Amino acid sequence: MSIKSMDELRKIREEHQNKVNLRQSGNNQEDRIEILIGMATCGISSGARETLNAFVEEIGKQGLNNAKVITVGCIGYCHSEPTVQVNMPGQKPVLYGTVKKDKVPDIVNKHIIGGQPVENLILKVDFERA
Amino acid sequence: MATRSNILVCGGTGCLASESDKVIKNLELIIKARGYENEARVIRTGCFGFCEKGPIVKIEPDNVFYVMVGPKDAKDIVDEHIIKGRTVDRLLYREPKANEIINRQEDMPFYKKQLRVALRNCGLINPEDILEYIAFGGYEALGKALTSMTRDQVVDEVKRSGLRGRGGGGFPTGIKWEVTKKQDDNEKFIICNADEGDPGAFMDRSILEGDPHSVIEAMAIGGYAIGASKGIIYIRAEYPLAISRLNTALNQAREQGLLGKNIFGSDFSFDINIKYGAGAFVCGEETALINSCTGKRGEPNYKPPYPAEKGYWGHPTCVNNVETFANIPQIITRGADWFASIGTEKSKGTKVFALAGKVKNVGLVEVPMGITFREIIFDIGGGIQGGRKFKAVQTGGPSGGVITEQYLDTPIDYDSLISIGSMMGSGGMIVMDETDNMVKIAKFYLEFTMDESCGRCTPCRIGTKRMYEILDKITSGKGTMADIDALKQLAYMVKGSSLCGLGQTAPNPVISTLKHFWEEYMAFIKDVDNPRGEGRHIAKNKIKFATEK
Repeated sequence: MSIKSMDELRKIREEHQNKVNLRQSGNNQEDRIEILIGMATCGISSGARETLNAFVEEIGKQGLNNAKVITVGCIGYCHSEPTVQVNMPGQKPVLYGTVKKDKVPDIVNKHIIGGQPVENLILKVDFERA
Repeated sequence: MATRSNILVCGGTGCLASESDKVIKNLELIIKARGYENEARVIRTGCFGFCEKGPIVKIEPDNVFYVMVGPKDAKDIVDEHIIKGRTVDRLLYREPKANEIINRQEDMPFYKKQLRVALRNCGLINPEDILEYIAFGGYEALGKALTSMTRDQVVDEVKRSGLRGRGGGGFPTGIKWEVTKKQDDNEKFIICNADEGDPGAFMDRSILEGDPHSVIEAMAIGGYAIGASKGIIYIRAEYPLAISRLNTALNQAREQGLLGKNIFGSDFSFDINIKYGAGAFVCGEETALINSCTGKRGEPNYKPPYPAEKGYWGHPTCVNNVETFANIPQIITRGADWFASIGTEKSKGTKVFALAGKVKNVGLVEVPMGITFREIIFDIGGGIQGGRKFKAVQTGGPSGGVITEQYLDTPIDYDSLISIGSMMGSGGMIVMDETDNMVKIAKFYLEFTMDESCGRCTPCRIGTKRMYEILDKITSGKGTMADIDALKQLAYMVKGSSLCGLGQTAPNPVISTLKHFWEEYMAFIKDVDNPRGEGRHIAKNKIKFATEK
């Protein structure tokens, strides 16, 4: 295999983007969308790992390079695990409960791409964050 | 299943020395044992620069930066962080001044003032995977140059960028390329000088270990610009890791057709050979380097003729330093104007420094030109170890001079450093505190240049030896004022009459310590029992501080 043009180089670049797209380079992180998955024991036992992988696959499939899936600990809503928080730039974070893996495409398509939170999955946050 | 987590582990020489290879092995074993091998990937990267706190482990996309990670910490990183999403707090960096825990790399004072151009991929990519380099935009500069720029345009772009030689001399790179290009010869050569010889300097090694393709790509661009079809990397044999990664990178580039015949479908063909140096300091001088490449003794020649006119086997040859090359791809892709917007009026871009000695954060830093010593030593470097007082900083290695407190606010660029009696050099920056004796420091450097003098010209061969003997006499308390006079006279004689840069700069440590620390010389002359501090061997001090913690 031999690269013979700029187009071929760019093709290779795109093909292997997935290898490095988890890593950030430079300081331009303003448009970064964060998807936080609660991965405490309660989360894992309710299927958070499957949810997490479903998110990674879905955003990979849709080519959403600015969306990062990040694992976090327990926030105390063990009754509604798996919990997922979506942080869109410039918007208030939205917390979802009982996000089994089949709910993932909905959140990605409606909220992350469409900008409209999936109302029926939202958990009400009734505590203040310091 | 797609990977959701990248665990970047530093595989630079510094972190390897503190067992980062075992960290990698353990991480891989535990990830496999837990059944997460499809979800988390361990990547061995180049140097992060924060060698003081190595081994460094960074988790992406979480953007969490762990320091001083031992092989035993691998279990917690996998079980807590990767599986359960809980940060392992005890491995986070604790900022000593405010005693605050910092988990993001960009929030650490060490990284805040840095701007990474030459080191852009170090600590970010796997240097043994060309596809990762390409995924971050690698080889696009070469493609752009070959498919859409003429040779003159490439030379002009580099000229307009204001890039100057990062090996120490500071000669404008674009002009070097232009002169070599103008020569009428059907065979020309481009050489990468990777014979990093300054004690305490490891900038070039880290670039080659962490991002070898940036140098290979730049050499191909340079070869195209000047009309050379062959490149040589002259690297010292003491850099085994850099050599092995370079060889891997060269093979991968050949496989992808980025080296070889008709690159990017153009009529330009180019390949690179590696030539090993035996570690002689003088071989960093370009004519000595070329002699060594051809199998002759590593001794310098009279200039002119310059290598650009008559170099390797008598053909026009362009010799550039590793760091200089590492800047080239960025200049071609992002443009000369972008590069020229960084730095000072006459020194553009950034400079990599190897920060060493009595500073808290030993490591590799890249800063925009024009930053002050104070910012590097006290903000990035975190100040002096053990709460002691700053005394001086030596730049330019054995060829440079000491810079004292009164000059700490001098903006760092080629010309201002010369005006205060030192030089940029290749980027070694050794910080000394109040317990260091400057006469002994000068003696240490003289011992180095005396050993490394190739013996070709008399002033350097004999002059450095005599200067060393006088310094030895002074530091053993037997010196007289007549010795000081002789030392001074010799220093200027060697500086003025030596053949190459080695001899011309060897007296600098003596001249600058005589100027700034006259009283320390006098303490030896008048008072036999007053050797202030212990500064006999920098290497000894370095070992001491490594075991302090």
